[in-house]
Amino acid sequence: MQALRKQDLLLLGLAVVFYAIVQGLLMADIIGPFWELNIVLVGINIILAASLNLINGFTGQFSIGHAGFMAVGAYVGAVMTVKFSLPFIVALAGGAVAAGILGFLIGLPTLRLSGDYLAIATLGLGEIIRITILNIPYVGGASGFMGIPRLADFTWVFFLTIFTLFFIKNLIRSSHGRACISIRENEIAAETMGIDTTRYKVLAFTIGASFAGLAGTLFSHYFYIAHPASFTFMRSFDILTMVVLGGLGSMTGAVTGAVLLTFISAALASYPEWRMVIYSISLIILMLYRPQGLLGDKEISLSIIKRLTGGDSRAEN
Amino acid sequence: MDASSFLHQLVQQLINGISLGSIYALVALGYTMVYGIIKLINFAHGDIYMLGAYAGFFATTILKLSFLPALVFAMVVAAVAGIIIERLAYRPLRNAPRIAVLITAIGVSLLLEYGMMLFVTPQPRTFPAVFSATVYNFGGLIVNSQQVLILVTAVFLMVTLTYIVQKTMVGKAMRAVSYDMDAARLMGIDVDKVISYTFALGSALAAAAGVLVGVYYNSIDPLMGIMPGLKAFVAAVLGGIGILPGAMLGGVLLGVVEAMVSGFFSSTFRDAAAFAILIIILLFRPSGLLGKNIREKV
Repeated sequence: MQALRKQDLLLLGLAVVFYAIVQGLLMADIIGPFWELNIVLVGINIILAASLNLINGFTGQFSIGHAGFMAVGAYVGAVMTVKFSLPFIVALAGGAVAAGILGFLIGLPTLRLSGDYLAIATLGLGEIIRITILNIPYVGGASGFMGIPRLADFTWVFFLTIFTLFFIKNLIRSSHGRACISIRENEIAAETMGIDTTRYKVLAFTIGASFAGLAGTLFSHYFYIAHPASFTFMRSFDILTMVVLGGLGSMTGAVTGAVLLTFISAALASYPEWRMVIYSISLIILMLYRPQGLLGDKEISLSIIKRLTGGDSRAEN
Repeated sequence: MDASSFLHQLVQQLINGISLGSIYALVALGYTMVYGIIKLINFAHGDIYMLGAYAGFFATTILKLSFLPALVFAMVVAAVAGIIIERLAYRPLRNAPRIAVLITAIGVSLLLEYGMMLFVTPQPRTFPAVFSATVYNFGGLIVNSQQVLILVTAVFLMVTLTYIVQKTMVGKAMRAVSYDMDAARLMGIDVDKVISYTFALGSALAAAAGVLVGVYYNSIDPLMGIMPGLKAFVAAVLGGIGILPGAMLGGVLLGVVEAMVSGFFSSTFRDAAAFAILIIILLFRPSGLLGKNIREKV
């Protein structure tokens, strides 16, 4: 336990150092606006991928409606800052709570389904959320919610990303997290061992949804606009792709997937007509040669790095 | 709205819905067949439908074929495309985790959409009028010749498919593989060949649907397959996935509901209605309208 805490502190320290470096580069204008935007996008995508990973990777519930929860967060947050002029931090909490409540309400009935049926139900629900928003004139309807102030910046995104990662990591390591993993491994066996599977599935779904809402609020307050077209099932697929690419059930995998896909996408931005073709071909090839994702369900951890560099060969945690 | 005009509107929307629904049904059949055999939600299926529409378009404009040869041409092109996709993208992943195959299917779908854009530009194209649109008026009810054409073609193709699946050797092999792949292999059935054949049949039906939509709406574009593809999958689940008559029923039902919603409420809610029905069905009858409940065993 003590060692674990120490490692957490070390990682947190590394994160602060990383933040200071990037923030310094941003202040000195060495990183231009295009890459600044992409760095912020990486952070938002990490939150999305990590929260979807909690549902898909750790609990084994195949959900592909994440964009819907993101949309809820984006719009609820925007309504709070624009229409009610509430502070940004309240909007962030509001977006996360709203998406979480919706996730709970949706999760309760749908999580009885399993596998592909759950997938298609969540996909449908994501689309229903989007189409409903599209039909509410109060939030701009089909033309989108405009005039949102840019309240989110690299600092907000960075620290909320770190918060998300630590929250989910600690959840996974807790008894609740182990219950979730046992559901993924074998739902019937988990139930036999006295785990309230419905409760933990809904718990994971609700927490995943609320973090997606958080990411949505950050998204709309960075890009000035919340538009229904940003939250189609293609975005859900994008997030799912990040998770699967990095490795289902691996925290560092979700981060790797999010970083990699966002940067590939950004690097190809100057070839708009070839961008999606290259993206899709690399996706297919990666899946053909590494169907379990880049990291599988392994984690990149300090002890592995130590072992690779020839340090003490303590068994990985 | 008084009773008689309400009834009139109802029947009119029913007619529109059935013709739209038979297109969904054609696409749904391909989904359900592939799912029934390799348990894959083939997200690229909607794009095969788009590919078929373009093949039909080029057959009529460049090769100057008439409707029927163009339809057959599109079906053959799509069938070959389906076989190639299965061979290159799905077969190597036969024993991989299912989610990896699903991501591959999404990749193939994006590749078809954006690869097509490179060749034909993202601009929508006007599908040539291969049929003069005659409008029949039955006491105020409007039926145009294209709707009749859609219905006749769709019914003919569905009957043919049912015949192939129920009466021929290949059909029997397909049913055997979908029932138990390992047992079928032990009985000497070439499973890979049967899967290729399934993709070919499903893709050909989707292409036919694509050409029919081109004729009906006069406009095709590289992203036209996304929504109909998704809804066709909804239709397949609605009827009970893996069951052929289920896909037909689900498709027609979905088309009718959509027509009703756009006729009586607002067309902006049309797509939401389709998904709402899906969720209601899934919650109360997860195995679909015609599906049988299978109890999970330890």
